[in-house]
Amino acid sequence: MPEPLLEVHGLDAFYGDFQALFGVSMRVATGAIVAVIGANGAGKSTLLKSIAGLMDAQAEAIRFDGVAIGGGPAYRTVARGIALVPEGRRLFPSLTVEENLLIGGHGRKVAGPWSLERVYGLFPVLKQRRASAATTLSGGQQQMAAIGRALMSNPRLLLCDEISLGLAPIVIADIYASLAHIKAEGTSVILVEQDIVQAMKASDRVYCFQEGRLSLSGRPQDLTRDAIHRAYFGG
Amino acid sequence: MTGWLDAVIQGILLGGLYALFAAGLSLIFGVMRLVNLAHGDLIVLAAFVILTLATWLGLDPFVAALLAIPIMFVVGFALQHVLLNRTLGRDLLPPLLVTFGLSIIIQNGLLQLFSADSERLRAGSIETASIALGGGIAAGVVPLLTLLSAIAVIVILNLVFYRTPLGRAFRATSDDLEIAQLMGIEVGRIYAVAMGLALVVVTVAALYLGMRANFDPTIGPARLLYAFEAVIIGGLGSFWGTLAGGIVLGLAQTIGARIDPEWQILAGHLAFLVVLVLRPRGLFPRAVD
Repeated sequence: MPEPLLEVHGLDAFYGDFQALFGVSMRVATGAIVAVIGANGAGKSTLLKSIAGLMDAQAEAIRFDGVAIGGGPAYRTVARGIALVPEGRRLFPSLTVEENLLIGGHGRKVAGPWSLERVYGLFPVLKQRRASAATTLSGGQQQMAAIGRALMSNPRLLLCDEISLGLAPIVIADIYASLAHIKAEGTSVILVEQDIVQAMKASDRVYCFQEGRLSLSGRPQDLTRDAIHRAYFGG
Repeated sequence: MTGWLDAVIQGILLGGLYALFAAGLSLIFGVMRLVNLAHGDLIVLAAFVILTLATWLGLDPFVAALLAIPIMFVVGFALQHVLLNRTLGRDLLPPLLVTFGLSIIIQNGLLQLFSADSERLRAGSIETASIALGGGIAAGVVPLLTLLSAIAVIVILNLVFYRTPLGRAFRATSDDLEIAQLMGIEVGRIYAVAMGLALVVVTVAALYLGMRANFDPTIGPARLLYAFEAVIIGGLGSFWGTLAGGIVLGLAQTIGARIDPEWQILAGHLAFLVVLVLRPRGLFPRAVD
């Protein structure tokens, strides 16, 4: 097995006194799409926030490209090559669509495949709406802008938090189609998703979380419905 | 009638000074939601820096102010980086307490260094020069320059905020602190740059404050009050609103003084209260907030 791009080992995470993650371990290979599934409150978003440097963590608990990065600081994350598409999209409301994309490239340190033109090529509708305020976009367009903003930093690892939440099935299909293009550029992706079917279809490997602990992992084709059901809901 | 027209013109010109007081406060609040209670004292500090440079080097106040601008930028950057960044967080009280303490420290420090004597920036004949506007009304050159400088400051701040990567980072940080960091924005540094810029504006304000009237180490808090009122009247987050707020305040004061000289200050505060009652979010509130 080649050296993984990201290795999480025994990661704990806390919100004050509340422990959200218990000794989580996972690996992401270069160019792989990894799905993280689980019920609400299972710790999926906390995992992504920890990888992005927004949570306190032991430095050694998260290694990216051989470097211990646990605990941040968050502003270094993007220069290291990790970009987050946050839950709820969280575009900057006082910036236009194009400014939202440009600020995604603010901390860019390396050249790479993604530029403003390439992002517009991936999501042509954003080019039409480039001068609009980000808040005037539809939900699906906002999700495209949030993904485009993350791509602008030319990440080697893209963290996607619930990118299908609240969107119509036809829009979800568009968004997932774009993931194939992103993967084709050699970018690894961690996909946090509530839609299990969608996650299994898109990913090379699945990790299931339950109440802050890893309950199951494996290749999608090796996992049975029963095993996933148990890992997801407990019992 | 001429008297009233004169009051209106002088009021607009005075508004330029209040807008200069307020622009730096508006910038700081807009970027980091910090209410800087030492803002007025920082204006007075800048006036003493200009005075010292002008006296030591025998310079015209305008030239001395140009020299003071980089000094005050560094003061602002360091102040934010070393002290104020530590006070920012979910709790609104620490920055209020620390800037209140800072206000007292600056006042007493200046008293120690410069005594309580009134000072003035001497600029020679330009101080008393005026331009006749016809109909027996004249406008002083310094008040005219004050208003023009205020407009220039507002135009430049708008260009910085809406046309540069730095301004983009300012607005993004103001919108969403957490996500801004994930864009690679080092928030503490962005705040320090914002405070540095605010003190550059403060230095421009100090130049005109010092040329138009006497100042001493204790007058900061009153300038802070006018700056606050201008920002609130104009609406938080809008630089043009801040200019409008300054002019409303200036107009109210000169028109009040025209009715009865004792009413000058009171009329300004009353105008502030009226705006608060009629438009609690100010004249030009930012759409998103």
